[in-house]
Amino acid sequence: MKQQELEKSKEYKYGFSTDIESIKAPKGLNEEVIKFISNIKKEPKWMLDWRLKAFERLKNIKEPDWQKPKYPKIDYQDLYYYSAPKSATNKPKSLDEVDPKLIETYKKLGIPLKEQKRLSGIAVDAVFDSVSVATTFKDELTKKGIIFCPISEAIRNHPDLVKKYLGSVIPITDHYFATLNSAVFTDGSFVYIPEGVRCPMELSTYFGINASETGQFERTLIIADKGSYVSYLEGCTAPMRDENQLHAANVELVALDDAEIKYSTVQNWYPGDKDGKGGIYNFVTKRGACRGKNSKISWTQVETGSAITWKYPSCILQGDNSVGEFYSIAITNNHQKADTGTKMIHLGKNTKSKIISKGISAGFADNTYRGLVKIHSKASNARNYTQCDSLLMGNKCGAHTIPYIENKNSSANIEHEATTSKISEEQLFYCNQRGLNQEEAVSLIVNGFCKEVLQQLPMEFAVEAQKLVGISLEGSVG
Amino acid sequence: MLDISNLSASIEGKKILKSFDLKIKPGEVHAIMGPNGSGKSTLANVLSGRKGYEIEGKAFYEGKNLLKIPIEERAQKGIFLAFQYPTEIPGVNTNNFLKTSLNTVRKFRGLKELDSLDFLKLVKEKSKKLKIEEKILSRQLNVGFSGGEKKKNEILQMSILEPKLAILDETDSGLDIDALKIVSEGVNSLRDKERSFLIITHYQRLLNYIKPDFVHVLVNGKIVKTGCSDLAEELEKDGYEGVATGK
Repeated sequence: MKQQELEKSKEYKYGFSTDIESIKAPKGLNEEVIKFISNIKKEPKWMLDWRLKAFERLKNIKEPDWQKPKYPKIDYQDLYYYSAPKSATNKPKSLDEVDPKLIETYKKLGIPLKEQKRLSGIAVDAVFDSVSVATTFKDELTKKGIIFCPISEAIRNHPDLVKKYLGSVIPITDHYFATLNSAVFTDGSFVYIPEGVRCPMELSTYFGINASETGQFERTLIIADKGSYVSYLEGCTAPMRDENQLHAANVELVALDDAEIKYSTVQNWYPGDKDGKGGIYNFVTKRGACRGKNSKISWTQVETGSAITWKYPSCILQGDNSVGEFYSIAITNNHQKADTGTKMIHLGKNTKSKIISKGISAGFADNTYRGLVKIHSKASNARNYTQCDSLLMGNKCGAHTIPYIENKNSSANIEHEATTSKISEEQLFYCNQRGLNQEEAVSLIVNGFCKEVLQQLPMEFAVEAQKLVGISLEGSVG
Repeated sequence: MLDISNLSASIEGKKILKSFDLKIKPGEVHAIMGPNGSGKSTLANVLSGRKGYEIEGKAFYEGKNLLKIPIEERAQKGIFLAFQYPTEIPGVNTNNFLKTSLNTVRKFRGLKELDSLDFLKLVKEKSKKLKIEEKILSRQLNVGFSGGEKKKNEILQMSILEPKLAILDETDSGLDIDALKIVSEGVNSLRDKERSFLIITHYQRLLNYIKPDFVHVLVNGKIVKTGCSDLAEELEKDGYEGVATGK
């Protein structure tokens, strides 16, 4: 048995679990649990009321079921909604006070929390299970007036900003998982960039899922005030386990006049074993509002993990001349499934959107691009360009492209291109003949296929992502 | 270096090479000439390890059973194939590809891997020598290359990878006179006592610039005649049929 476990953990590089004692709320979804979470977070009453309102709403709505990948019914009463590493209840003031076991975990995950990140200029707000345990670079950011902290802290210290913007992009009534998140979210990041400030470093959060059977309900809110700029990186790895784990985060972005937000994700959660057992359900709601004129929001995602990825990072282009972008790589191998894409909602005049999606399927995997481009009747001179490319490896996988276009303005200019291809024998042979083995060849060809998206990532992330692309497809060509 | 005996290769049940024999010693340049469909490209494919052929017979490379060595290892051990139709790999930078390839080969040979700076220096030097614009190396691998550019790129890769046995599969076809000269000079500059060449071609033209030690005439999967470089001129005059039937 031991040997078997050992073997299993080899399959997934990040498959391990540290045994830090956890504080848990009792299993189940009810008012008491929501009060427990709100209480442990020392939240003001308005926040608890907000959560309870969401919970009321939740009782009357059902999970959506239109997605392509189906999954066994989730018993929401059988999940834990709060779990915190015990040592974090007395929050450490500095990294030295952080539980060494946590630091060890981060090291295994390849997250150098100390010097390395300082050198590369990244501030890290690390979320271990549900509580943020360490925040660095605060001083440097504070000087510029930038707020970068756990959202639980922002609720206490910056209630006006939170009240104004939380739920303003993803309303608590939005859909089942977003509403669920609103009721039970535990922690996440809060970012506010003041007017005219260009954030001097990439802001970064690493998420990890650790305690067994804990759903993760992160909540992130990023506000870029007039004329500001911020680039935010999110990267994920998770310990391996057998039960399916639900992850239903909400991420809201708000860009005011002339502001720009760049949000990059590399997602590498446990995808399940070769037979499709276990793995994370990644049902995340990500939405950005280009609220001001000339504002811009750009989503870049590299999705290689999870058993099921079901998400549509979207842009609401309210401000005139605002720009929305979506760059995506979704890799599915073995029995992984993905139904992902974006929504570009054009409301303002002269709004522009660009969608570049690269889907790669191998093994028995199924990969769907689903995207909506909606041009409102008042959005004159709106433009959209969509390009969806699918790459198939082997003949047991699937790729699907489902574009929806709703146009109510005749001045709109909408372009859509789609291709489906296979890695050719010719290409593999050529690489092999130059000394590369099969896996190196596949990694090279797939990285080439994904290039337009990879080059959108910040440098240090891009290198990591390129490696990940190769690792994710290991063993997919026989 | 290379010792092929009684080699047969079939694809989808059709026999293309038939009891083929060939010996190549270090430093020798062999030309294989033959009409369309005579099995020239099959020979190049079989030697470099391309899948899809049923093979009988023997082929030894440096004393080892070549047919059992995986494709990439053949390359690492010094077999280089200049492709007749180099394939396009979109999104892959030619320089990066070549650097990855070179370092894989160097690692196998127990040499230090080159960093980007040293690599670019090497590329500059080689491309200058071959009179090939290094600009093509910053483009995506073979994507949008003209026929001539593709072939020049193959020769440049050859000169950087420094193989022991270079197989040129109709590298001359589709080249204008200037490109043909560049390609031939590339080959000639690499000729030395150790390095062997197997040059596959339709036309005698290329052999005006590269003087082979041996010329073999391949017809119907078999070598029907072997001679020195004069044989190529004879072929040009009398045609394959004339030579094959002994006139």
